Amino acid sequence: MDVAPYAVVVPLIAAGLMTGFATRLNRAIAEVVALGAAVFVVVVCAILLARVASGTQVYWFGGWEPRAGLAIGVSFTVDAFGAGLATLCAVLMVAALVLMSRYRDTDAPHFQTLMLLFLAGMVGFCLSGDLFNMFVFFELMSVAAFALAGYKIDEDEAVEGSLNFAVTNTIGSFLILTGIALVYGRTGALNLAQIAGALSHGPHDGLVIVAFCLLAAGFFVKAAVVPFHFWLADAYAVAPTPVCLLFAGAMSELGIYAVGRIWFGGFADALAAHADGLRAVLIGAGCLTALLGAVMCALQDHVKRLLAFATIAYVGVFLIGLGLLTSDGIAGAAIYIVADGLGKAALFAAAGIVQHRRRSVSLRRLRTFGPGLPYTAIVWVIGALSFAALPPFGTFFAKSLLEDGLSKEGYGWAIAVLIVTSALTTGATLRAGGAIFLGWGRGGPPPASEEESAPEEEGPPARVPAVMLIPAGLLALGALAVGLVPALVEAFEGAAAQFVDGASHAAVVLRGADAPPIEPASPYSAPLSAYLYSAVTLVGSLAVAAIGLFGAEVRGPAVARLRSGMRAAVQPLRVVHSGHVGDYVAWLVAGVALLGASFAIALQ
Amino acid sequence: MSFLPYAVAAWLMVVGLYGIVTSRNLVHLIVCLTVVQSSTYVLLLAIGYRSGGTAPIFADIPTSRRVVDPIVATLTLTDVVVEATVAALLLVLAVQAHRRFGTLDPNEMGALRG
Repeated sequence: MDVAPYAVVVPLIAAGLMTGFATRLNRAIAEVVALGAAVFVVVVCAILLARVASGTQVYWFGGWEPRAGLAIGVSFTVDAFGAGLATLCAVLMVAALVLMSRYRDTDAPHFQTLMLLFLAGMVGFCLSGDLFNMFVFFELMSVAAFALAGYKIDEDEAVEGSLNFAVTNTIGSFLILTGIALVYGRTGALNLAQIAGALSHGPHDGLVIVAFCLLAAGFFVKAAVVPFHFWLADAYAVAPTPVCLLFAGAMSELGIYAVGRIWFGGFADALAAHADGLRAVLIGAGCLTALLGAVMCALQDHVKRLLAFATIAYVGVFLIGLGLLTSDGIAGAAIYIVADGLGKAALFAAAGIVQHRRRSVSLRRLRTFGPGLPYTAIVWVIGALSFAALPPFGTFFAKSLLEDGLSKEGYGWAIAVLIVTSALTTGATLRAGGAIFLGWGRGGPPPASEEESAPEEEGPPARVPAVMLIPAGLLALGALAVGLVPALVEAFEGAAAQFVDGASHAAVVLRGADAPPIEPASPYSAPLSAYLYSAVTLVGSLAVAAIGLFGAEVRGPAVARLRSGMRAAVQPLRVVHSGHVGDYVAWLVAGVALLGASFAIALQ
Repeated sequence: MSFLPYAVAAWLMVVGLYGIVTSRNLVHLIVCLTVVQSSTYVLLLAIGYRSGGTAPIFADIPTSRRVVDPIVATLTLTDVVVEATVAALLLVLAVQAHRRFGTLDPNEMGALRG
C-alpha cells in the first residue's frame, strides 16, 4: 500500500476539521488531535524510511503514471534523505507540541492548526518529486511559519520580526517561481527526473544557469545563507520557543536539501562540466555563512538570538558539505543535519525551560539568579558539546566526513573554518550556560527591551514540569545517540550515493525501473586527524567561553586596546543587522546579483 | 515571439524590488511586493503563449486547433491563490504594526537591532 500521501493528507484534514469546529473545541481536545496527527505522521514517515532502504519509492497522484518517459502526473519521489528529513520534521513537531502544552495559549485551536499546516508543508516538500509541487508545499510551510513567528502579536518584536521574515521569504519564493518558469520554458517539464532528461539534450547556455541561480537564491533565502540570512535571527528571536525547535531543527535545513535535490535530480548532468566552479561558489558561501553566524553568535546577549545565529553558522557548515558535490560530502552534511538538528532542538527546549522559570532570555539578567536548574543545565551542556563535534556525538562523524572530503577536493583550508565555527558556537553556548545555570560572569543592567520579552507560558514557576524536561532530555539524548548507532556512517554514505545518482533516479521515476536498494558503503572509521581536530575545537571553545565569562576581569592597557579594537571590528556587523526590512531586501537583491555574478564567472 | 513580455516581467520585478527597498509605508511595501509577484504572472503567461492560440478548452474546438499552454495558466492561478494568502497575512501584520508603533514607516520601527 502506498502510505506516502497520508503523511500530508492527515495533518491537512486534521487542521481543516479543527478550523471548522474551532468554536466548539477546547484546548485539551485541540492538543490531543494535533499530537495524534503528528504522531501519525512520525509513524508514516518511519514506514517510508524503512521502505526506501530497498530503493526509491515513487507515488503518482491519481494514478497518472508516466507514458513513454513523459511525466503527465505529479509524483511523490521518496528517497532516503527525503524520508529521513520528513521523519526529523515530524519528530521535532511532536516534541514541540508536547512542550507547547505548558505554554499560555488562549487561542486554541488556531495554534495547533498552524502547526499542523506547517508540518504538512514541510513533509510534502521533502517528499515531492516535482518542482512546482515543491514550490506549493514550500509556500504552505512558509505561510504557516510567518503566522507562527508572529504569533505573539501583542509584542513589538514579534510584529516586526514576522514582517521581516514574511517579506524577505516571499521575495525568495518569487525568485524560485521565476526559476521554475524559466526551467519549464526550456524543458516543458516540471518533474525533476524529466527536467534532467530534457536539460541534458538541450543547449547548456545562460538560461539554464540563470534558472539554477534563481532557484538556488530562493532556497538560500529560506536556508539563511549570507547575505540572505538577516530575517532569521529576527524571526527566531520572536517566535514562541517550541516553534523555534522546528525552525532551527528542520526548516533552515530544508533550503539546503532543496538545492541538493534540484542539483542532483535535475541539473547535475546538464551542467556537469561546471561542477568545479559551482563547488567553489558553494563552499565559499558556506564558509562566509559559517564564520559570520559563529561571530554573531558569540556576540549575543539574548539567548534565542544566540541560538539563531548558531543555526546560521551550521547552515553554512551544511552548505560546505553540499558544496563538495560528492556523496561523502552529502553524507557528512546529512548526518550533521540530523545530529545537529536534534542538538539545536534540545538547546531551544532548554531555553524554553529557562524562560519558563526565569521569565527572561537576557544573559545579563539571567546571570543575577545565581546557580540553579541542574537538569536543564545538563541538557544545555549536551547540546553545546554536540556543537563541538566531540566523539561520540553524531556531529563528530559528520565533521570527520566533511574534513576528509575537503582535503580530498583541495579545500583543506576550509577545515579551519569548520573548527573556528564549532569553537565559537560551542564557546558562546557554554558561556551562556555558565551565566544561566551557575551565575558566572559579570552582571550588568538588563536591556531596556526586557519587559517585552516577558512570559509566554502559564503557571507559577514552581519547578520544572516533567513535560518540558523529558522532551528536552530525549532530544539531547537523541543528538548523542545518533553517533552511537552502529553502521550509521556507512548507511548514510549508501543513501548519499543514491541521492547523487541522477540517472538511476530518472530511470526509476520515468521508466518504472526497479529501484536499486541502498548498498551500505565499506566500513568507515574516523582518521586520527579527526580526533586531533576535535581536541583543538574543545580547547578553543573552552577558551572562548572563559573569555566571554571572565574576560572582563582582566585589566591592563594592552587588553583594553585589544578589547576596543575587537569592538570596533564587530561594530559594523551589528550595524548591518538593522532590523529594517528595506535593508534586508537590499541585501537580498545584492546577494542575488553576487550569486549570479559568481555563477557567471565560475560556470562559464 | 516577442521579447516584450519578458522585458515587462523583468521591469516589474526590478521596480517592485526598488519600491520595497525604499518604501516608507508598509502598505506601499506590500503593494510593491504584489508588483514583484505580477512579474511572475507575466513571465509564466508569456512562456505558455502561442501566437494565434486559443483557450485550451476542447469542448467546442477541434483537437487540431493551436492552443496556449494550460499548465502555465494553472501555475499562475495557484500562485495567485498562494500569494493572496501572503498579502492578507502581511496586511494583518501591517495593521498590528500601526497599532503597536503608531506608524507604518519601517524606518521608525526598530524593536530588533544587532
